Amino acid sequence: MSFEYAPAPESGTITNIKPKYGHFIGGKFVAGSKHFPTINPATEEILSQIALAGKSDVDAAVKAARKAYNSTWSKTSGKERGKYLFRIARILQERAREFAVLETLDNGKPIRESRDTDIPLAAAHFFYHAGWADKLEYAGLGSSPKPLGVAGQIIPWNFPLLMLAWKVAPALATGNTVVLKPAESTSLTALLFAEVCQQAELPAGVVNIVTGDGSTGALIVNHPGIDKIAFTGSTEVGKIIARSVAPTKKSVTLELGGKGANIVFEDAAIDETVEGIIDGIFFNQGHVCCAGSRLLLQENVAEEVLHKLKKRMEKICVGDPLDKNTDVGAINSKEQLAKIVELAKVGDDEGGQRWSPACDLPKKGYWFAPTIFTGVTSAHRIAREEIFGPVLSVLTFRTPQEAIEKANNTPFGLSAGVWGEKGSRTLWAAQHLRAGVIWTNSFNKFDPTSPFGGYKESGWGREGGRHGLAAYLKGVAGE
Amino acid sequence: MSNRIDVKKTYKLFINGSFPRSESGRTYEVKTSKGAFLANPCLASRKDLREAVVAARAAHNGWSKATAYNRGQILYRIAEMLQARTSEFIEEIMITTGATKVKAEKEVLQAVDTLVWYAGWSDKISSLTGSNNPVAGPFYNFTIPESMGVVAAVAPENPSLLGLIESIAPIITSGNTVIILASTKAPLSAMSFAEVLATSDLPAGVVNILTGKKDEIAPWMASHMDIDAMDISGLSSKLTAEIKVAGAENLKRVHSFKSASAHRITAFTESKTIWHTIGV
Repeated sequence: MSFEYAPAPESGTITNIKPKYGHFIGGKFVAGSKHFPTINPATEEILSQIALAGKSDVDAAVKAARKAYNSTWSKTSGKERGKYLFRIARILQERAREFAVLETLDNGKPIRESRDTDIPLAAAHFFYHAGWADKLEYAGLGSSPKPLGVAGQIIPWNFPLLMLAWKVAPALATGNTVVLKPAESTSLTALLFAEVCQQAELPAGVVNIVTGDGSTGALIVNHPGIDKIAFTGSTEVGKIIARSVAPTKKSVTLELGGKGANIVFEDAAIDETVEGIIDGIFFNQGHVCCAGSRLLLQENVAEEVLHKLKKRMEKICVGDPLDKNTDVGAINSKEQLAKIVELAKVGDDEGGQRWSPACDLPKKGYWFAPTIFTGVTSAHRIAREEIFGPVLSVLTFRTPQEAIEKANNTPFGLSAGVWGEKGSRTLWAAQHLRAGVIWTNSFNKFDPTSPFGGYKESGWGREGGRHGLAAYLKGVAGE
Repeated sequence: MSNRIDVKKTYKLFINGSFPRSESGRTYEVKTSKGAFLANPCLASRKDLREAVVAARAAHNGWSKATAYNRGQILYRIAEMLQARTSEFIEEIMITTGATKVKAEKEVLQAVDTLVWYAGWSDKISSLTGSNNPVAGPFYNFTIPESMGVVAAVAPENPSLLGLIESIAPIITSGNTVIILASTKAPLSAMSFAEVLATSDLPAGVVNILTGKKDEIAPWMASHMDIDAMDISGLSSKLTAEIKVAGAENLKRVHSFKSASAHRITAFTESKTIWHTIGV
């Protein structure tokens, strides 16, 4: 006997999307000149028209940020800065449902995730950093910590508001002002956040938001009036940024790609592990830089884990992101879908065995069924390149040493997971993995108190926790 | 007057605990401050650098997993060995650079003290830069600093011994391994320091020392894909941008420093955060 879930959609009416947006500069919304559409990736409906910031817009935003830094923000005490951040945290909580629905409409992620993860964590980030603003001298980052000035911040489309919070909250707490650019395909929650800044009566120019594509990002990166660049996105673009700022005095932090290993030892609690594997790769459609996209199974339990994993995957609800039962929503954009389709084809061509549960994908919108590839080796492209989609590559190992060797055999070093009931072995593995975030018997957990960031080509610096403050203070991030 | 002919030292490279000549067969002439011939040290090649990187990478796992106490004792042992050979180093610095005895002695003793200072850091840095993070969930969550891996360094021209040690000591204290290019004009004390290292229980490959030209070797270091970070304190600032651009290919962490500080240790560590599940 099988039970079907009845549709349980969250109402979209709580949002109030304008037909057209401008930029948020110097505390005011200013009209843009050129515009491009932003769509709901689950329906391909156009939600609104977003302004494409050019040189004059970015200049104006940097000027406003500099003015606010010189005249107001650098003269505002830590105690008062903190209170603004507390206000922002509270307003985000008050308007949480509106933000969650808007995020889901613009991004395609399930409402369950935007409602329970993205928005609460964004609010928590502001609340956490608010408390730091008047305690920086206790952070162990020098006796008289000083801000850098104007920070240019460029964020990705996978966790739009959450990544904004990761960038804006520490920058403001440490006394910097910001020019932030949300990703081209997910600008709406950043623009709604601008309203939150107004409601919180944040001084004009402390937060400036310009929308646009990579060309706008490049204008920010190369702007001589900016002291710091904080970027989250692909390793490819991260390297371009690193080269661009090399001849300058700009400080840089980068949160880039990953190819996280999720290691399952023979003594793992299999049912819990299967849930963790699902969380690791299918959370947010796999659009997660720290996703557990390489599953490493100890040979003697591989068959059992795969059997249970497939059974569990058959229960994944793929579809309407606004439906409260949905586990996997829409792929964020046509371009991203094409990239996933292409890399999955490479997986086929290189001899991996593809498997997906039978699932009816909606006719409109961008969709990709949860997929696993077995028979993958470390040399396969799907074991080396970041797919950034709901595609899991499965490899096996015999000894713990082999697991570590395979896990570390990547230019990335962002995350890893370890499953096993023997504490000494999971901690041994955590010690030997070359990655910035390790989850033992869990995956994809985030918290504002917990530093996040990668080794090797996964980036420079940390976000969150005491360590994340260093990215926005003089003399501690770089030389 | 004795008719005895001095037995002079051949200065070679220090790679993987051995003293090989440059595979290229190249040398260059080093003169005293008065212009007299002093030695023909090796003009290290790109292949010498690559050999040194292989040695440093192979040594990293063992050195980084050695206990902090053990690393501290070995750093202290290096200080002991250097202290014992103080007069030899003073003479070598005087003849190479023309420094007065007082100045040369000050440099050597400061080098010894620098090693002692960093020796004491090895088992403390983690308590100061790590953290226990109170996450909102059933997890024991902590952050610890770890070594980055293989670091390439360019020692300053002057002071040639102290500058070299101020670069090496903080890099290896946390468990990194290093390939360092010595002062070009005054490389002799660096290579004599390699003899100190070789008798200090330091595992082979943890420190590798090359002699040669900075503008030739530093760009090779920057573009080498198995080097994780660079200390370019000894490099002309004119080359900084070029090094950073080349280093971006594998996102090397590139730093430079003006003096000894605990920050020189942390600059070459990565923070690792571990979420350990709590439950019955």
